[in-house]
Amino acid sequence: MMRARMLTAGSAEGPVLSLDEPLSFWGAFEPRTGKIIDVHHPQRGACVKDTVLVMTETRGSGSAPGAIAEAIRLGTAPVAIILAEADINLAVGAEVAATLYGRHCVMACVTAEELESLRGARWIRIASDGVVTPAG
Amino acid sequence: MQLAARLVVKSAEIMGAERLIPISFAHLDACFYTGQAHVDFVRFLIENGASLAVETWTNNGVVSLADPGLRPRVEDPEMVEGAATLMHLYERLGTRPTWTCAPYQLPGGPKLGDHIAVGESNAVSYYNSVVGARTNKYGDYLDVACALTGLAPDAGLHRDEGRHAELHIDTTALPEQWRREDIFAHLIGHHAGRLSGRRVPVISGLFPDTPSFALKAISSAAASSGGVELWHAVGVTPEAPELASVFDTGDMHRVSAEDLARAHRDLSTAADGPLDAVALGTPHFGLVEFEALVRLFDGRKVKAGLPMLVSTSRGVREMARARGWIERLQASGVEVPVDVCTYHSPRVRGLTGRVMTNAAKWAYYAPGMLGVEVAFGSLKECVESAIRGEVWRDPALWTNA
Repeated sequence: MMRARMLTAGSAEGPVLSLDEPLSFWGAFEPRTGKIIDVHHPQRGACVKDTVLVMTETRGSGSAPGAIAEAIRLGTAPVAIILAEADINLAVGAEVAATLYGRHCVMACVTAEELESLRGARWIRIASDGVVTPAG
Repeated sequence: MQLAARLVVKSAEIMGAERLIPISFAHLDACFYTGQAHVDFVRFLIENGASLAVETWTNNGVVSLADPGLRPRVEDPEMVEGAATLMHLYERLGTRPTWTCAPYQLPGGPKLGDHIAVGESNAVSYYNSVVGARTNKYGDYLDVACALTGLAPDAGLHRDEGRHAELHIDTTALPEQWRREDIFAHLIGHHAGRLSGRRVPVISGLFPDTPSFALKAISSAAASSGGVELWHAVGVTPEAPELASVFDTGDMHRVSAEDLARAHRDLSTAADGPLDAVALGTPHFGLVEFEALVRLFDGRKVKAGLPMLVSTSRGVREMARARGWIERLQASGVEVPVDVCTYHSPRVRGLTGRVMTNAAKWAYYAPGMLGVEVAFGSLKECVESAIRGEVWRDPALWTNA
């Protein structure tokens, strides 16, 4: 059984979008559409909306909290983000969005090995106690 | 205030901090509009009676409240209106509206050993490295939360053990004359950022009298090309009187002429030729730089029709105006916008095509953000090129040898 460290409270499930490289939520991501717009990113054009986003870490930007909060506000954000490196920017953005809009994006941190094992899953469920259940 | 406290405590947990420490100053980046959530956040704070616990200054806005015509509403109505609303709300919250990415050029800021909370990457780098104040890079909302609570997580660069250098970058093999040129600071900063990533580097071979604008250039360039939040320079920055003060063992890199040539190529995406604009002042121009600019123009004029923008803060523009420099520069055809930077959209003036700059940070970001081509050069090369209307290279400068 895999138990994640929860960076924000809540539970979520959805189809997996596994990113091969770190994503910067500011500059490489468009909150209005939920799409990855960085021309250098291998998943350019992919839409993160309502997915469980699996990636090792984000590419740091001080503007990332605003971008993820904006995406949560607009409903273009992932339902959950699973990382191998805890990320303050994303957690802060999600906390602000939860307070302002009552909308949630669940953020959880697992080990690098656990993260790799999740990449092949088609669907992931995260319970509020941190238990991560991959399927398919 | 509950939200602010929650954000600080949550970040402390994630960073593994055992306690919170009091701060004495904050510089906010959350006043830079990136969407409606930014406006909703500060409005929520004001409606809930939040008040600042410490002296708090503001970074650039997306628009200029002093010069509203710089980014006209038609370019992007939602963004331009949202940005102005956001800036007015931060004024209501009680910040000092400095609207500058280089707050360290204004009097009255933090001092050696002060714990502070800063968001803007070049200001984080300069305050940590050159001033010797202590801050991590606090992203949007967390910067505000620290300012409201007067607290920050006791972790990272707030602690002695977080401030040791992990990489030694030695420039002493380069000719002294090279190291004294203003362009050197931008190139070594860019190179140091590439080498360091997010590590703390220590640079040797800078001179004790290195001017503050060169230290600003290194701070901003290394923060852009890497993620450098603190760097030391032996015999220059306050925590590194000697190499051994900050460095025991770690990687060692000796900088070569080829390293600097590569940095120059990295930053210069355009072939030399006719110019569409010249953009200086990233980070915001300082007083000493204005003095040098006036001297280099010596009453000559920018080529008719060529926009030349020198971004700065209200505070520095007033100081330069009091010395007669702004009037002289305007007579030379130079525009001096305040409150903003010029490398992001919506574009100001004629910033398109081939643009020349002396700023590594501008050169790093503008091609991606504005789709311009950049001709990178020294301050003197920028001035002579602006007068001619095309890129001029200084035959006396080693980068052109």
